[in-house]
Amino acid sequence: MIAIIDYQAGNLASVKRSLQALKAEAVVTQDPAVVVRAARLIFPGVGAAGQAMANLKRLGLDQALHQAFAAGTPILGICLGAQIILEYSEENQVHCLGLIPGRVQALTGINPEVPGEPLKIPHMGWNEVDFVRPHPVFQGLPDQVEFYFVHSYYPVPAQAQWVLGITTHGEQFPSALGAGNLVATQFHPEKSGRFGLIVLQNFLSWDGKC
Amino acid sequence: MLSKRIIPCLDVKDGRTTKGIKFKNNIDIGNPVDMARFYYEAGADEIVFYDITASSDRREIMIEVVYRVAQEIFIPFSVGGGIRSLADMRAVLLAGAEKVSINSAAVLEPKLIQEGARSFGSQCIVLGMDVKQVAQSEKIPSGYEVVINGGRTPMGLDALWWAQEAVSLGAGEICLNSIDADGTQAGYELYLTRLISTAVSVPVIASGGAGTPAHLYEVLTRGAADAALIASMVHYNLYTIRELKEYLNQRRVKVRLSW
Repeated sequence: MIAIIDYQAGNLASVKRSLQALKAEAVVTQDPAVVVRAARLIFPGVGAAGQAMANLKRLGLDQALHQAFAAGTPILGICLGAQIILEYSEENQVHCLGLIPGRVQALTGINPEVPGEPLKIPHMGWNEVDFVRPHPVFQGLPDQVEFYFVHSYYPVPAQAQWVLGITTHGEQFPSALGAGNLVATQFHPEKSGRFGLIVLQNFLSWDGKC
Repeated sequence: MLSKRIIPCLDVKDGRTTKGIKFKNNIDIGNPVDMARFYYEAGADEIVFYDITASSDRREIMIEVVYRVAQEIFIPFSVGGGIRSLADMRAVLLAGAEKVSINSAAVLEPKLIQEGARSFGSQCIVLGMDVKQVAQSEKIPSGYEVVINGGRTPMGLDALWWAQEAVSLGAGEICLNSIDADGTQAGYELYLTRLISTAVSVPVIASGGAGTPAHLYEVLTRGAADAALIASMVHYNLYTIRELKEYLNQRRVKVRLSW
């Protein structure tokens, strides 16, 4: 069973619908027991890190995620779910799940080409992901593939080897991560057309090893 | 580098798309779900639906349309027109839209922006602005005034002030429509677009006046817009989205070319 973790951080229906388009049935759940038993987990989310962490703790989902990660369950974090898997977020200065070491930083909006015209924050729209390390979840994609982003913060894992993809919005930032049975995308595969669906399809057939 | 977005806008009345769209393909041109799927496959970066249904008791039809579109397309889409309350926003977002656009209701009740951003996140809340050029005055120092009710009612609000105010209240994006340029196909209002876009931190979608690929180029460069709304150009099959994007790409405007 595929479980989409619901911790009251945004609308999860779009993730569920994109899985349906791939003929995969998923349950949307707030139940830690379901999360621990799931064959595969999707951890989406939009909103602020502080509220998200408070919700996860209140629902007991923080422990469940740690258990599932330790047990080798394939996990896909999306957007906020790609950030709060790290230890600490600059947003609300909050301690996060710490599934892997690292921290979440704010985009600066500094425009290297025209310093007087700062870049728009949130970083909203389609941007390229440069996949710097091969991974089963990101195979079968063309060069210079673009995905849909909406965010103001980004994840910086402690080890460079966990950075699978890089994107540029003024500064370069990690936009795809992978560590053991965990993968995470700062972009929204469920909103990124055909190539986003390829990422989801790859995740559905991934055994959690790389 | 972030791509500039090309966004077709579909007007929907009583659950049917209204413009007389001339397509060669075998699709129902009045069916918003088919139209959305067509533009999704043709390379639209996002789609905007504008509900022009007059009577409020037929609003549920739009919710049904949104729900069906959401099963078919996997890019963001927004819905505007007639959204007056938090409940209206929630219905549209739960049905599957990525964003809601509020216009007149936000002018009349600015705290709607705040409440919407708090409940659903700023990224969901688009401020739609209809703007008309007027003489500069103490009240309207920018010379651009906010109008509502489809351009019929001037509000005595300065457009630049209102854009900044709405962003401070939590609007995550602005869709800026020039009433003067709208429908002319003579080009976007470049001065206005640059004025607003460079004054706010959030993305600005330019709307009103698109007629040629050069108009898109101008508004995405000189106009400093982050995205361009288009209607007749593609609805009447004058250009494909691919042609527009290739034109822009040749002129070094970053656009999404494979989908």
